[in-house]
Amino acid sequence: MGQGIAQIGVYTIVLIALAYPLGLYMARVYTAPRFGGPWLDALERGYCRLVGTDRKKEQDWKSYAKTVLVFSIFFFLVLYAIQRLQAHLFLNPNHDAAVPPHLALNTAASFITNTNWQYYAGESTMSYFTQMAGLALQQFVAAGVGMAVLAAVIRGIARRSAGTLGNFWVDLYRSLVYIFLPLSLVLGTILLTQGDPQTFGATVSAHTLEGAVQQIARGPVALMLAIKQLGTNGGGFYNSNSAVPFENPNGITNFLEVIAILLIPAGQVFMFGKMVLARRHAAMVLASMVVLFLIGVAIAFPAEQHGSQVLRASGVDITQGNGQSGGNMSDKEVRFGIANTALWATATTDASNGSVDGGHDALTAFGGMVPILNMFFGEVVFGGVGSGLYGMFFYIVIAVFIAGLMVGRTPEWLGKKIEAREIKYAAVGALFVPTMVLTLTAISIVTKVGLASIYNPGAHGFSETLYAYTSQSNNNGSAFAGFGLTNFSAELGAVALFLGRFVPLIAALALGGVLGQKKIVPASAGTFRTDGPTFVVLLVGVILLTAGLMVFPALTLGPIVEGLTH
Amino acid sequence: MVLRDIRGSIVAGVIFTLVLGLAIPALFTGFAQVAFPSQADGSLIKRNGVVIGSRLAAQGFAKPQYFHERPSATSPAYNAAGTTFANLGPTNPQLAKNVNANVQAILKLEGPYNPGLTVHDIPVDAVTTSGSGIDPDISPAYAQLQAHRIAAVRHLSLADVQQLISEHTDGRSLGFFGEPGVNVLELNLALDKLGGS
Repeated sequence: MGQGIAQIGVYTIVLIALAYPLGLYMARVYTAPRFGGPWLDALERGYCRLVGTDRKKEQDWKSYAKTVLVFSIFFFLVLYAIQRLQAHLFLNPNHDAAVPPHLALNTAASFITNTNWQYYAGESTMSYFTQMAGLALQQFVAAGVGMAVLAAVIRGIARRSAGTLGNFWVDLYRSLVYIFLPLSLVLGTILLTQGDPQTFGATVSAHTLEGAVQQIARGPVALMLAIKQLGTNGGGFYNSNSAVPFENPNGITNFLEVIAILLIPAGQVFMFGKMVLARRHAAMVLASMVVLFLIGVAIAFPAEQHGSQVLRASGVDITQGNGQSGGNMSDKEVRFGIANTALWATATTDASNGSVDGGHDALTAFGGMVPILNMFFGEVVFGGVGSGLYGMFFYIVIAVFIAGLMVGRTPEWLGKKIEAREIKYAAVGALFVPTMVLTLTAISIVTKVGLASIYNPGAHGFSETLYAYTSQSNNNGSAFAGFGLTNFSAELGAVALFLGRFVPLIAALALGGVLGQKKIVPASAGTFRTDGPTFVVLLVGVILLTAGLMVFPALTLGPIVEGLTH
Repeated sequence: MVLRDIRGSIVAGVIFTLVLGLAIPALFTGFAQVAFPSQADGSLIKRNGVVIGSRLAAQGFAKPQYFHERPSATSPAYNAAGTTFANLGPTNPQLAKNVNANVQAILKLEGPYNPGLTVHDIPVDAVTTSGSGIDPDISPAYAQLQAHRIAAVRHLSLADVQQLISEHTDGRSLGFFGEPGVNVLELNLALDKLGGS
């Protein structure tokens, strides 16, 4: 396992080293009145004029939230229409038919919410037009919305006695043009050189060495892959996602794609530190994330290396070494082996990415429990672009509040008094989604229509259901992929996707809004310090206790029972 | 206010769709086709002008004179236009059935060429489905297991076959990332070049 541990160690170091300069850069993107020289500035001005906004005019949190909602619903309708009409649109060389209504509903909700849950097989369902101008476009846009909202919330924390948080149209534009697009072009080009296709050519028929005919799907893959990874989207061009060699051809692309999962989410913590001038506090938040991330890998990697019950009982050689990586190779690829698949499974659920480089349904009981836990925490371990850190803010407020109760002082966070309203918004933000997950899982488990989606028998079937609603409610998008599409699961999923995205998003904007109106109180001897290691312990503890305890009973019915059976 | 948001959404929607959804991907595709045509088209391998496969997709070798790939859950097997996992959980009885069937098939096929072969000698990747269903690689261990059969069927020396395997083993990327694997299609093409029956 030594080589695997070394790969994971190098990964963590490279991630932080790249995230730091990116974070400082992103802070500039969201704070500079003009960005990028006269030409780029003129472009931004032109865009603002077309959209009909004055970029010097800022919005309060309610107005900001309203614009986000209108914008997202607009694109929901467009994306639904594109899927239904794709047979009549261009760039459809494989003659894919219209996407059926329930599937189109779930998929549209899935992509505008930065989730990318996929009840469909991309290479055989979606035309190139839908993949490119529908789905991949949302991978840019929904990610941009998340970052815009985060920037607004951070401004609220940083400002004092202010009524506004920023201009959504400008924040969105800058996220897309100055962060996601350039990074995607760089990563997309690298992936292209390694073997990710980028063509409008149709599926090819190959005449194999043994005389059979093999269909090989291709398409505009490389650029979509880049934004899929960078924008914590996760929706692949192919059904098997980044397990497919055309999405992820070798060890180096795998490394870059896992880096891309957490790059911006880690960078946004540095951005936060810079924007609120509290770098030590941000470093402690990051440290908490690293701790939770490493705990996840430390469970998943050995669990997968140990192998599944079936494989151990079969008698085949699952020991590592002698020319194989061994372990639970079910639904995993040789070129990634155990370490890289376990690392990916952890990272993709720490963030709201949801891409996979191996099948999660085939993970061992405890290897599969880690993703469920990560998602259930609300994906705050680095987390989704934007959503991860504003999700973490809820926990920070609760942590500070609890610390305040313990020392008998009014809790403060970065000089702002935390009072009833802030606690209410934070509690809604932190607890709404976990409550919804448990409710929807329960509904799906006690109804016949819900049970129809289950693929694997026994406790694992329960895990599939829990995973499905945890993933969709937290806008992750990875799956125990045996879980099947029915009209019921498509509709219930759409509810989870919408509420899971917009309830915390609005709570975060509200939190930013009320914090922005507050004055700064100078720190005193009684102020609980949020820039030391004690805070890390407290924050990790609060996350484990609030979300962890909520999901524990459900875990005992699924992964824990399964892990204890032989 | 909402009307202004709707108007803004429509205009921004059109701009983003035209630029990010169409123009930039189209330009990027043009760049890819010019600068990296082979990769951009799917790393296809041609022989006498006919596409015989892609180096990035397993194609389902079954004849005894070829190295075989890992099991595939796609329908039909090794469908590179319908990738899928098997999605069988770690305790699923169906998984046990499939794995045992794969074990028996390998013992039957390789046993005659590997005297004393038992289930304990079979590397796990040989009996498990891959993530994509078209994993182009097998572990070096599985290639070594098959080398005896290939040498016997093709009347080659075992050393020559093993030499060929090591030439077609992709180590970890940059010597560090990922795991070593043997690209089966490339290996089989090299075998055909080398000759033997």
